[in-house]
Amino acid sequence: MTSKPKVAFFDFAGCEGDQLEVINLEERLLDLVEVVEVVSFREAMSEHSDDYEIAFVEGSITTPHDVERLEEVRSNADTVIAIGSCAAFGGINSIRNEQDFETVKERTYGEDAAMFDDPDAELFDSFEHAQPAKAFVEVEYEVPGCPIDGEEFIQTVTAILQGGDPSLANHPVCVDCKLAENTCAFDRGEICLGPITRGGGCDATCVSQGTRCWGCRGLVDNPAEDAYSEVLQEYGVTTDELLNEFTLYWSWQREHGPQADMQEVEQ
Amino acid sequence: MSQDIDIEGDLVTRVEGHGEIVVNATDGQLEACEWHVVESPRFFESMVVDRDWDEIHHIVSRICGICSVTHTMTGLKAVEDAMGVELSEQDLKLRKLALAGETLQSHVLHLGYLALPDLVGEKSVVPMANTHEEEVRTVIRLHKLGNELIETVAGRSTHAQRTIPGGFSRLPREAELRDLRASLEGSWNDVETVVDLVLSLADELPDFTRETEFISLTDPDEYALYEGVPYSSDTGELDLADYREIVNEHVVEQSTAKFTKHDRDSYMVGALARFNNNYEQLGPMATAVADRFGLKPVCHNPYLNNVAQLVETAHLIERSIELIDSILESGLEAQSDYHKPDVDVTAGQGVGAIEAPRGILFHEYTLDETGTALEGNCVIPTNQNHANIQLDMERLVPTIIEQPEGEIEHTLEMLVRAYDPCISCSTHYLDVEFVDTPPER
Repeated sequence: MTSKPKVAFFDFAGCEGDQLEVINLEERLLDLVEVVEVVSFREAMSEHSDDYEIAFVEGSITTPHDVERLEEVRSNADTVIAIGSCAAFGGINSIRNEQDFETVKERTYGEDAAMFDDPDAELFDSFEHAQPAKAFVEVEYEVPGCPIDGEEFIQTVTAILQGGDPSLANHPVCVDCKLAENTCAFDRGEICLGPITRGGGCDATCVSQGTRCWGCRGLVDNPAEDAYSEVLQEYGVTTDELLNEFTLYWSWQREHGPQADMQEVEQ
Repeated sequence: MSQDIDIEGDLVTRVEGHGEIVVNATDGQLEACEWHVVESPRFFESMVVDRDWDEIHHIVSRICGICSVTHTMTGLKAVEDAMGVELSEQDLKLRKLALAGETLQSHVLHLGYLALPDLVGEKSVVPMANTHEEEVRTVIRLHKLGNELIETVAGRSTHAQRTIPGGFSRLPREAELRDLRASLEGSWNDVETVVDLVLSLADELPDFTRETEFISLTDPDEYALYEGVPYSSDTGELDLADYREIVNEHVVEQSTAKFTKHDRDSYMVGALARFNNNYEQLGPMATAVADRFGLKPVCHNPYLNNVAQLVETAHLIERSIELIDSILESGLEAQSDYHKPDVDVTAGQGVGAIEAPRGILFHEYTLDETGTALEGNCVIPTNQNHANIQLDMERLVPTIIEQPEGEIEHTLEMLVRAYDPCISCSTHYLDVEFVDTPPER
């Protein structure tokens, strides 16, 4: 029998909700550690090793130090998997990408925002934009969502362990919503990103819970923009209202496209 | 024997987010002893600006995955305060129930997965699954119970959707609440198992005391978690509207994080603060757990925050059963599955405070007449504990300075973990060039 593949978890700027979803697998977490050897998971263990094949990264990349760490992870791992919206495409952290960075700093730190200009204050060397892992290194797979869905995480790990390809579903959330027999959010007077958001892993949970799709799984590949425009026209949604929605999770993706890969990012 | 010690900025593991301990001593003389937070800033206070009143809670939920329900509901309370929105009795009970679920989940996670390995002498819960399989499975069951509580009431355990301004978008069914009640009733053996385990290891908790001020919410009617007014063990009841004067956020030279102080140079928030301030209102099972540990207010040993979490775990189960009974007794008033409360959108400024698992949490928003946020401010529990952690370290290190370096580091890591810091919810941390000499106070 071959030895168990070694996996490691790394977190960057984020809420650690995706790693929490892994812990929330509860008893199944014990099953998971039967088939893989977790060698690094700072949120849950003190052990750490740089010897791993699969690396899961959570959170967006916001400082030069993050980039250094991410590059190290990349050089150690055979497979890098971005988990959660922040790591996959910027997510909520990228709301500020649309805002003037000087204002962003001032709103948060007041007069102490000057610390960002202090060359000795290394930790405050924040990038102007929050970015996903793939803006800096090659990322093989993604498990998007805010948070990730535990079931989809298990499916991804299982596929990789079996030598399969855990590619993402490529249908909009609307499909899952229909299967869940939800009343359309537009019919309820809401603006919904379901028609152009990647479905397949969330079971349209937000609409099922009585709200709307906020777009946390990112833009679906080749979104049916024309059909969506018709929907928006039918329900009288203005461009401003829509753009406001797009800036919630997609501020980075909107600029770089849904399938954007690694690129030169100027800071 | 006087040794040189150099504990230089290894990330503290089994905490949420990134923090480092720095201790330097030459010839037994302490030169530096600092608690650093090295989390990347996330700028939530700016991210909410220009967003709508019904999106703010969704955004601030992402401050922290482990206490996302609390951030969501504190955001909602602040928005509701700004616009004068009242909750129905039923919605209030349901919110308290969801919050109880999150605090239960968070306490069990912290006790069982993050702190317990220290007491057992393991590096994580994974090897404990071999040596303490039954206990680990018990911890998992209790953790799951907390998550089931949140899922049943709020729809999803992390970043739940159902809590919205003015109430809930969707309600649980009575049958679901009855099932939940049965699970809660069935959990007492599990609580007992964890109490027995922690009790058998209680000698591993360092005997360290430093008198401090405790701040939490307090409420005349119940052990305050969702409702109540701020309360200081030094100065009594405080005015929520003056929360900035309660926390007094300030920059100190020897730290990477903003510190807070109220009556003294530091104060403590969290389970131990709540226990000390509101002990009389704990349920009988919780009081019995405290008695087994001989834990009484006022306790000034920060390591016993872990025991206070265990006491609260029992209280939360008791309280959740009471809440469910009370909801079922009056009959769950039905509403549509896509309910939207009637909210009169108005301009205003509102503050909300809730006891997050790790301590009192403040959110404040200013909205214009369209309900768009002009300003936001969040003061998280861990930020309020940094000064206390720092001062504890300064008091503790000289008493253990003759111990091997590894022991010192371990004792300090346990101290940091005892506070259950939630560093990733960093909203405004600062990096300041730090000094090589001990801070003067």
